[in-house]
Amino acid sequence: MSRRPYIRKPSKSGWWLAQPRYVRYMLREISALFIGLYVLVLMIGLYQLSQGKAAFDEFLASAEGSLGLAFAVVAILFAIYHTYTWFQVTPKAMPLTLGGKKIPGAFIIAAHWLGFVLLSAAMWLLVRS
Amino acid sequence: MSERVIELEILRYDPEQDETPRFQTYSVPYHDDWVVLDAINYVKDELDRTLSYRWSCHMAVCGSCGMVLNGEPALACHTFLRDYPDKIRVEPLQNFPIERDLVVVMDDFIDKLGSVKPYVVAKQEQDVDDGEYLQSPAQLAKFKQYTACINCLLCYSACPQYSLNDAFVGPAALALAHRYNLDSRDAGRSVRQDVVASNEGIWECSFVGACSEVCPKSVDPAAAIQQTKIASTGDYFLKFLMPWRRK
Amino acid sequence: MAQSHKPIIWGLFAAGGTLGAFIVPALIWITCLAVPLGLLSGDALSYQSLHGLLQQPFNKLIVFAVLFVIIWHAAHRMRITAHDLGVRNDALVMLICYGVAAFGTALSLLALLKI
Repeated sequence: MSRRPYIRKPSKSGWWLAQPRYVRYMLREISALFIGLYVLVLMIGLYQLSQGKAAFDEFLASAEGSLGLAFAVVAILFAIYHTYTWFQVTPKAMPLTLGGKKIPGAFIIAAHWLGFVLLSAAMWLLVRS
Repeated sequence: MSERVIELEILRYDPEQDETPRFQTYSVPYHDDWVVLDAINYVKDELDRTLSYRWSCHMAVCGSCGMVLNGEPALACHTFLRDYPDKIRVEPLQNFPIERDLVVVMDDFIDKLGSVKPYVVAKQEQDVDDGEYLQSPAQLAKFKQYTACINCLLCYSACPQYSLNDAFVGPAALALAHRYNLDSRDAGRSVRQDVVASNEGIWECSFVGACSEVCPKSVDPAAAIQQTKIASTGDYFLKFLMPWRRK
Repeated sequence: MAQSHKPIIWGLFAAGGTLGAFIVPALIWITCLAVPLGLLSGDALSYQSLHGLLQQPFNKLIVFAVLFVIIWHAAHRMRITAHDLGVRNDALVMLICYGVAAFGTALSLLALLKI
């Protein structure tokens, strides 16, 4: 009996299109791209801030233009998706026990969302004052 | 009264005759209480004796009948015909070479399983006369979930990182390493590090999570790997900050 | 197989991901959307107020730390994504991803030291 194992190799670049769970994974990873781009923009803005009022005002004007706004809308949606998916996996990475019993994941996730809401509200109120 | 008929589209491969695998369709009578394995057994018994596949316990404990059904890794004995449409595509596990028909070559996994030292490595070997290692129910509860693995390889079939890089140690092996690392009787985390904390170990994982989604025993290998990442990161920095620390 | 040095990168990745999850949505809202939508006065983000705020060393430190961990999180994740999309030249990907993060980090450092 001769052996001749057959090796199937799925597409290295397109494998993720085959199933919804892989598409969701890609979306999750792409959310970090938009977060990264946003932070890069902040860093550029910070630099322009250091270059004086004229430079910074110019930066603000382009950031608040239509392209800047469109990017911000897309970015905030992806940022929220990152928050959602990150909180979702947190109980798996850090399981907690209280008095010998495992704390349900849903509880940990809810606590994170509460923290998120409180922190966001605090930031908003701070800026408004 | 017309009986419902299920069409199984099974991937066949005869290494002595076929250049590449091909699909072959079989018509199987529907039974409400049948699982896909029953349908496959019907094919072998009544329609085509040449069909090759692994199965044994028929109750989701042996891990033999792992396959891909309509694109999803599943145990054939654990999936009811009534939950599927009239046509079921039956393929062998992804990411493993096909030996013949639905039988895959598991050698890579077996090697990896051995490499993580899946046994209790005690701090000090006890003599039989010293009695058993004692363990409380609470200590058992810490790792019990990770003992449930039946080596069915559905997780390897689902894992895209294993598909992209077959040097990856993989979900089941890493989950089992975690099982021993969490075992109070075990002191072997440092001897497993070379494999577990290598670039092909936990660090190849990008937490897709497909492994845990397809696991029929709710082992949650993804969680095991993430917990190991945190532990390894802690170990790494402690080793750096306190090199005199003995582990 | 030797023990990997990934923990360094992964530590940054985890810190950036966690911090980012908590603050980035609100940050985007405050910095990019609230003013154009008329819900925040432009004074809050004006040159005067921001420049004044960043005079204090403590604030500089906070801002730098936040931007630093989040951009490195994004850089590492993009490196992984490139691998997921079949790009095999990991060295080149690392150069681009971490290079951009390093560029941003340097920019922030220069800016904060000047302010």
